[in-house]
Amino acid sequence: MADRDATDVAGDPSPALRQDAAGEQPAVTLEAFLSQDDAHAVRLEAGDDARALLPRLAQLKLVEISFPSFRDGRGYSAARILREAGFMGELRAQGDVLVDQVPHMIRCGFNSFAPEAAIDPEVLKRSVERYAAVYQRGADAAEPVWRRRHG
Amino acid sequence: MYRYDQYDQAIVDARVEEFRDQVARRLSGALTEDQFKPLRLMNGLYLQLHAYMLRVAVPYGTLDSRQMRMLGHIARTYDRGYGHFTTRQNIQFNWIKLEDAPEILAELATVEMHAIQTSGNCIRNISSDQFAGAAADEVTDPRPWAELIRQWSTFHPEFTYLPRKFKIAVIASDTDRAAMRLHDIGIQLVKRDGRIGARVFAGGGMGRTPMIAPEIAEFVPAEELLSFLEACLRVYNRHGRRDNIYKARIKILIHDLGADEYRRQVEEEHVAVKALGLDPPLAELDRIAAMFGDPPFESVESPLVPNGDAAFAAWLDQNTSAHKHPGYRVVTISLKPIGGIPGDASADQIDLMADLAERYSFDELRVTHAQNIVLPHVAARDLFAVWSALRDAGLAEANLDLISDIIACPGLDYCSLANARSIPLAQKIATRFGANGRQQELGELKLKISGCINACGHHHAGHIGVLGVDRKGVENFQLLLGGSGAEDVSLARITGPGFSEDGVVDAIEKVTDLYLARREDGERFLDTYRRLGMEPFKEVIYG
Ligand code: SF4
Repeated sequence: MADRDATDVAGDPSPALRQDAAGEQPAVTLEAFLSQDDAHAVRLEAGDDARALLPRLAQLKLVEISFPSFRDGRGYSAARILREAGFMGELRAQGDVLVDQVPHMIRCGFNSFAPEAAIDPEVLKRSVERYAAVYQRGADAAEPVWRRRHG
Repeated sequence: MYRYDQYDQAIVDARVEEFRDQVARRLSGALTEDQFKPLRLMNGLYLQLHAYMLRVAVPYGTLDSRQMRMLGHIARTYDRGYGHFTTRQNIQFNWIKLEDAPEILAELATVEMHAIQTSGNCIRNISSDQFAGAAADEVTDPRPWAELIRQWSTFHPEFTYLPRKFKIAVIASDTDRAAMRLHDIGIQLVKRDGRIGARVFAGGGMGRTPMIAPEIAEFVPAEELLSFLEACLRVYNRHGRRDNIYKARIKILIHDLGADEYRRQVEEEHVAVKALGLDPPLAELDRIAAMFGDPPFESVESPLVPNGDAAFAAWLDQNTSAHKHPGYRVVTISLKPIGGIPGDASADQIDLMADLAERYSFDELRVTHAQNIVLPHVAARDLFAVWSALRDAGLAEANLDLISDIIACPGLDYCSLANARSIPLAQKIATRFGANGRQQELGELKLKISGCINACGHHHAGHIGVLGVDRKGVENFQLLLGGSGAEDVSLARITGPGFSEDGVVDAIEKVTDLYLARREDGERFLDTYRRLGMEPFKEVIYG
């Protein structure tokens, strides 16, 4: 599981919002990634199998996961699978990423966001800081309440 | 009963603030209706034909008098003086203003209630046996387990945008009062080698493609249950269909994969996730269970007060059930007065039921999936007083599990998806059979009506089911026979061409007449149907 300190979020209520990927290697498709040896960045479409990346996780710096619609929740599972396997790099949510979904995304291990439409930073801050307690263990460092209840 | 600690309260309070913020953004135009819709749905707020409907969660159908009174207060203050109890053991208010919704949620939060995940493509309210903690035949009280699952599923970050809604039921006896195998996941708690664990079924459901859930695991120990559910949900979230809303429920995935392949994938996933420390310690289940201990039942047997009233005797016989503790009965209050709207209760009736619970049932009430209310622990000597108060409030209909104890969805009177009106039909059927002892003569007969193929009225699980369809712009009703949501679970079959509203009532009369003519000793309608098969019933209807 990812250690929160290793991510951009690190308790910071304003996760990295980025509109572009300037200055870095462009993320290639899963298919391209699997057929070449030296890519460091890959983009997963919603239906792609995140587990296909696991054998070569160590070489990856960035995994971008596409949200074609905010209603398509497959990317949440993809993110957790990667974090559970020990992926420590940048995990970026791209696409129809809305402010009310960002807290869930953070809990699933995303640490950067490339929303198609601008997010109001004030609303985002409120949204991310709102819940002081969570019921279940996620990919973030938040302690579930059962842990706080029983130590 | 479960009591919130500071964490539970903080989460519900935060939700109120979050929703207030979301409504404000919607009203200011910062959120489009399209963006707002899933957010309000996740909070139980639907846009219906005439107004917003708010669905309030009643976790596993259990509530106390303080919470019940709050529901009465909301009905009186924000609605038109009524509430509607649903087949999900929840309550709906049908005439809500969007601007009022945040305030209603704030009021609910003061009595440890909320509307979280009562709608949307997420894990819905956990349902359970309405006789939990009172039933003579349970291996344990299922509600602590349901509460554990409620907490785990609340704002689960990975499973908030599932392909489709997801319903979980937990029971703990061989008698199934919760239609457990017609849920996306159904859990029966069982005892093995002195330990309680979960027998897990998955992929059941009603809707347009009804299915009975196959068994996925025969025994999951308590300390692995949540990671097991996590695995079940993850396989579904990743592989459930998202291209077609009608094929998006887990039942389609499991049907397409086959139960064996789904089980294999779940087990593989479970091995991976259970190593992550997702499961709370057993102490957490113990902490919750301690709040569900038996109330202080009197050890001396409380005798039934003898009474010559025939109406009381009929109610006693029909609407009260065996209790695990001698001298007590489980009382079911019928919300199906003949000619009334199934599941509706006025604010005053809600208050009265709260008063009775406080005075006579250790402050507990239950909502049943058949849209009735239960007082789980009533001492025998108090039964007459309870009945008298109910009678004065129009709540003493002695028809539990009889043909007029109808489950009906809101239908075309409220629901924007409906093809036909369910409520007037329910009223006609109840009126036809409710008089002259006809329904008593018919005995147990579960009749369920849905206003469209989405099956919210559980017509597939009716001994007699009715489905409203649209035939060239005219309301038309199909008749189904032979379903059951109980431990003898089965899916009802369509008899043939549909009927007008009056026509379907006539057809029901024909099939019940046939039953009366052909039944053998002790047979219910369902038993006779199963013995005879569809043909003779078809013949009397269409022949
Ligand atoms: S069954 Fe159809 S008509 Fe009835 S409530 Fe459900 S969607 Fe509406």
